[in-house]
Amino acid sequence: MTAPTGITRVSLLKDLRLEWRSKDAINSMLFFSLLVVVVFSFSFDPTAEESRQIAGGLIWVAFLFAAVVALNQTWARELRNQVLDAYRVSPAPANSLFVAKVLGNFIFVSVLEALMTPLFIVFYRLRALGPAWQLLLVAVVGTWALVVNGTFFAAMSLRTRSREIMLPLLLFPISIPALLAMVQSTTAILNGEGARFWIVLLVTYDLVFTTVCLLLFETVLNAE
Amino acid sequence: MSGNGRYLFAAYAVTWIIQITYLWTIVRRYARLKREIGELKKPGGSS
Amino acid sequence: MKRVFPILGVLTAILLSYALYMALVVAPTERTMGSVQRIFYYHVPSAWTAFILFFINFGASVFYLIKRNPAADIVALVTAEVGVVFCTVVLVTGPIWARPVWGIWWTWDMRLTSTLVLWLIYVSYLFLRRFSSSGETPLLAASLAVLGALCVPFVYFSIWFFRTQHPQPVMGGGGSIDPRMLHVLLINWLAFSCFAFLVCWSRYRLEKLQRDVDHAHAVESLLAPRGSVR
Repeated sequence: MTAPTGITRVSLLKDLRLEWRSKDAINSMLFFSLLVVVVFSFSFDPTAEESRQIAGGLIWVAFLFAAVVALNQTWARELRNQVLDAYRVSPAPANSLFVAKVLGNFIFVSVLEALMTPLFIVFYRLRALGPAWQLLLVAVVGTWALVVNGTFFAAMSLRTRSREIMLPLLLFPISIPALLAMVQSTTAILNGEGARFWIVLLVTYDLVFTTVCLLLFETVLNAE
Repeated sequence: MSGNGRYLFAAYAVTWIIQITYLWTIVRRYARLKREIGELKKPGGSS
Repeated sequence: MKRVFPILGVLTAILLSYALYMALVVAPTERTMGSVQRIFYYHVPSAWTAFILFFINFGASVFYLIKRNPAADIVALVTAEVGVVFCTVVLVTGPIWARPVWGIWWTWDMRLTSTLVLWLIYVSYLFLRRFSSSGETPLLAASLAVLGALCVPFVYFSIWFFRTQHPQPVMGGGGSIDPRMLHVLLINWLAFSCFAFLVCWSRYRLEKLQRDVDHAHAVESLLAPRGSVR
């Protein structure tokens, strides 16, 4: 009997390998992310000074849209091949699957963010007045918040009508405190101000919601 | 100052409009259900 | 049991009328805002009632997750719906109050913003209940309710800090409240709580009846003689 972490690793590697081979989702999402950045640049054309004030919000809204596109296909492969039914019947702990999916999405969305960020920097002539490593920390913690809840809600939306709209409908309200923290901390760091409160809030949010999602995932997976 | 009385009236009115509207939807659904039950109970059942 | 409901209904109507009289006539007029301030006596009790209903929703959802009790599921649905109704009242009366006092319909004031986010969370809950397939709805909804309820402290905390960094006019005023106004406020709160209880009770009865009818339909199609139902 493989240990839970073994299952997580296997599942995650399988997803990454499948994605790397087909490059379906990643290509369309890359292009989508580029489009988002360009569209935003047309919509807002600020001076360098102004952009430091609004870039935080713009970037995280763009990341949020990219994340939703990535999250919506989280379980698509499993659904197509009735894998979830097999998983429910197997003795493997549901959480291992959940963690694998969350990690996969996290990697996915992080890649998108890593590609969008230089574009934003160039288009908005951004320059961080505060310590740039803190921006990385905010990105990691913030992305985790979106991805852990998003993967959970994606699983919830599986058998609902209008599955694709259900995910953002559920994700956005609950993510509002985290989004506020992400945007405010990014803006603060860009402007050389303190972001400690927001980062602590984000970390706490991550801890609480990761724990609860882990506790409830099995219920959601087996709900019928 | 009495111009502001409009706002006071509007706020109280809107509160009750919202509440009564919701109550009304409950009453209407209840009546429709009762009718449906009446038809269910008819000999021969529904179809 | 059948007679309790109309009696409570009449009592509640009397209480609401009395509370209205208190709010419009008896309560002292506020110095700076004038009579518009009396919106306070409807705005705040609606908010408190909504919070209590959402709290009950949280309790019922947890209870359902542990015990899988169908009545708890109905209580969760009912309190969420009625809570959203009361929350809507708060979000509509707030701007109506803000407009004459501050000249603007909306400010990202701490209380209004938090209430808006709360409203969004529970409306999304109602959407989930509407859109999910009926077998799994109770469990999914209960899970979402737990997540939503856990989100609430984060909502208040984050918006509070945001507002201290970017201060804006606070609606409804802070500070201590005149004891006579507090008295009228509490009476209105009591009246609305009784009203909320009756509305929840009605909605509960409706839902119970609906489920019984659905169950009867399901049983009937199962038991129908072969060849008659295709």
